[in-house]
Amino acid sequence: MSYSPHVDADKRKMLDEVGVTNINDVFADIPESIYNPNLNLPPALSEQEALEMLKDFEELNLHPARSGNYFLGGGAYNHHIPSAVAAITSAPEFYTAYTPYQPEMSQGMLQAIFEYQSVIARITGLDASNASMYDGGTACYEACAMAVKQTKKTRILFDSSLNPHYRELLKSYGENVELDMVEIPYSKVASDSIDSISEKMDNSFAAIVVQNPDFFGRIVDYSKLAEVAHKNKALLIMVVNPVSLGILKTPAEMGADIAVGEGQPLGLSLNYGGPYLGFIASTKKLLRKMPGRIVGETVDSDGKRGYVLTLQAREQHIRREKATSNICSNQALCALSALVHTSLIGKKGFRQVSELCIQKANYAKNTLGAIDGAEIVFDGPHFNEFVLRISRPVEDLFAAMGRSCEPGIRLNRWYPELEDCILVAVTELNTKNDIDAYARRLRDWLCK
Amino acid sequence: MQVIFEKSVKERATAQYPKLDVEAMDLASLTGGVLRENDAEIPELSELDVVRHFKALAKRNVGVDDTFYPLGSCTMKYNPKVNEKAAAMEGFTSLHPYVEFYRAQGTMKLLSHLEELLCGITGMAAFTLHPMAGAHGEWVGMSIIRKYHEVNGGKRNRVLVPDSSHGTNPASAAMAGFIVESVATDSNGEVEIDDLKSKLGDDLAGIMLTNPNTLGVFETKILEIAKMVHGSGGLLYYDGANLNAIMGKCRPGDMGFDVVHLNLHKTFATPHGGGGPGAGPVGVCSKLEQFLPTPRIVKNSEDDSEMPLIWSDDFPQSIGRVSGFYGNVGIAIRAYTYIRILGEAGLRQASEDAVLAANYLRVKIGKLFPVAFDRMCMHEFVVTPGELLKNGIHTLDIAKAMIDRGVHPMTIYFPLIVSEAMMIEPTETESVEELDRFIEIMEDILDVAKNDPELIKTSPHKTVVKRLDEAKAARSAIVTAGFN
Repeated sequence: MSYSPHVDADKRKMLDEVGVTNINDVFADIPESIYNPNLNLPPALSEQEALEMLKDFEELNLHPARSGNYFLGGGAYNHHIPSAVAAITSAPEFYTAYTPYQPEMSQGMLQAIFEYQSVIARITGLDASNASMYDGGTACYEACAMAVKQTKKTRILFDSSLNPHYRELLKSYGENVELDMVEIPYSKVASDSIDSISEKMDNSFAAIVVQNPDFFGRIVDYSKLAEVAHKNKALLIMVVNPVSLGILKTPAEMGADIAVGEGQPLGLSLNYGGPYLGFIASTKKLLRKMPGRIVGETVDSDGKRGYVLTLQAREQHIRREKATSNICSNQALCALSALVHTSLIGKKGFRQVSELCIQKANYAKNTLGAIDGAEIVFDGPHFNEFVLRISRPVEDLFAAMGRSCEPGIRLNRWYPELEDCILVAVTELNTKNDIDAYARRLRDWLCK
Repeated sequence: MQVIFEKSVKERATAQYPKLDVEAMDLASLTGGVLRENDAEIPELSELDVVRHFKALAKRNVGVDDTFYPLGSCTMKYNPKVNEKAAAMEGFTSLHPYVEFYRAQGTMKLLSHLEELLCGITGMAAFTLHPMAGAHGEWVGMSIIRKYHEVNGGKRNRVLVPDSSHGTNPASAAMAGFIVESVATDSNGEVEIDDLKSKLGDDLAGIMLTNPNTLGVFETKILEIAKMVHGSGGLLYYDGANLNAIMGKCRPGDMGFDVVHLNLHKTFATPHGGGGPGAGPVGVCSKLEQFLPTPRIVKNSEDDSEMPLIWSDDFPQSIGRVSGFYGNVGIAIRAYTYIRILGEAGLRQASEDAVLAANYLRVKIGKLFPVAFDRMCMHEFVVTPGELLKNGIHTLDIAKAMIDRGVHPMTIYFPLIVSEAMMIEPTETESVEELDRFIEIMEDILDVAKNDPELIKTSPHKTVVKRLDEAKAARSAIVTAGFN
């Protein structure tokens, strides 16, 4: 099957106009020795056959029966997405458009991105944002690159309570351009990390990166660390879960210079890891160091308000190797989803979902932590996830909980000392019944 | 039009969440007092308000479903609807990236097969699907080249890019830690061989090429170039932005390229989304396979019929992790669907039709506007305003006049080596009738430009906004909506 409309007469007409007799004449520039290779592809399918095949793949994926039985987080979260999100973002005027290079015929996407940037600024409390990054991890690196450019220093400081994948990314990216990524161990008491990071800090660092809530779900007020960073002429970069900012003190209120994070919890499906959405917000002072597309407000020749891609002198198509970043295509449609999602849940809903997460997660934490043979590893306030230690091997837990439940994420691959622990996440989709059923099954198994 | 914040009405109801079903605890003590002072100023609207707002925005935007979109080097072909249906299947969308591997075997099998198919299409030995856009793929590819030289003890920190290259090429090479040097273009629109020769050397890491290049010209000396670069110890990087010209006609691997990135959102018909998400998979020749990013899908060494595939980090020479999880999986599903439906003959047909359509337009449009490097082109070609410049009509004016006539303009002012460039790529999915309509539009613009140049210079006239003041936007830097 093909989506090409050309019948033989059309092709003949075009070949005649070009002045050749055969399609091979059009490709005469390709060396004969490599022309018309065999690609070893399977035979073409009709749409009907393709859908059957996809169904087979789909059925090989095994899900817990109900989404409430998912207790997985670690940077991607299962949230309710209002039905109107897909209905709105599936408008082909949005999704079949390219990057808005021609503003007069792209005002829709440009205004939407401008509104998205505004929402990100309002959530984080900071001044400015861009049209989006690939995901939370790459946004985290781009924030570090901003700090390096701003401070003209090349060292970055963080501890191991930062999302392990983000730390891996920082190392892959940083290695190329010889950035010194300095990692220190996490603190058992979350708020002690302020002291441990401060002790390590000196004026050789471009930035401190902290995550709040951290990878273990722990909440800390990092205001003092912002002071320490600024005293050393460095920036404070905060990695945040946008849902937590329904209630938690904002990066701006803590004195952070840049906030980044994974935008997936704002209305994007889990999609086995992507497409997601990296968001980035900064103080006004750092705007011109920001990577990627930025939409700005202006007026047309009649003085009417309109939007354009702006501050393009930072970007690769003008600055080439001197650009702030190489990013051009980003995750615009995902940014649109995040904007639509937050608009639908509204100011009240944004706070409500945040409260539901923290209340239910703490209920789960208290319930599971009270079981004989299970304990909560870290004290102190937690947002939507927590680390649970169990007295029997984690390996066996997954078999014991069965196919109907995903009880958490194993931590052994990043934290050997937590090999007998799992990271448990709770959102508004996990009902009290789901949590109680989890607790019952865990108790039965641990007491066996 | 108002921004959404200006439409907000205090306390207006929106989507509701269920009531809390556990006993409420004190928020201040749950958070340790780390609370935000004021609620985030998110708009308060009814669902219908929101639907109407975005419907109005959609009407102010234009995609391939609306009209001809000949944006050069962007391959704005039709995005088949079945791809959207495939990616929206709940079994794919509801999968958390941290599920145990046995739960994700369907998606993993699809991804693994897609890697194989892309190897066949490009002639490479192995692929990674992690990169989330073309530029991201470029950076991954250049990081692999860097690692290769590091392991082989070469101090090679210089990368060549033609002066016709995409801006992402030098930017990505710089982000991968290289010094970038430009290679000239000859009078045929190809890499200037003598210039290239003079820039080889034992500090050369490699060259980044697009073939066909951004002029729509096939680099006829590619085999010789590959020999020269390899001979001096460098590697060849293939920017796959223009792969739509050559599917089934020739393969980057056979041309001698060592690393390739593809743009699934161009060649493989996944929608561009108004600026992403796309995907930029990277393929490598066998000697570079060990450097691909992790994790990689591999066969489970333990005999487990429930879990034949696993993700492995066990590649000590890998450049490491490059994305949060496994890349833009939803985009990979769309591209996989497209490739399976077209099959080998369909892909070859797509490229043949794309190139034929481009040449048809080149000949016809060439009678109106001078073609830069006028020769048989591949999937795109570049023209300039020619005589119209004397009337003070520039490329930008022609682009804006096209908007009034209901087609999306071509890529303008690129490549940089052609002054006043207009780069036209029709793709294979536009009918001859549509191509002829476009030719008539260009005839009309030329005609009006000669007789009433002011009308063209002040276009567009029929759009929701007229020409926008870009200098003012950069100067005032208003990038968020103020508070009401």
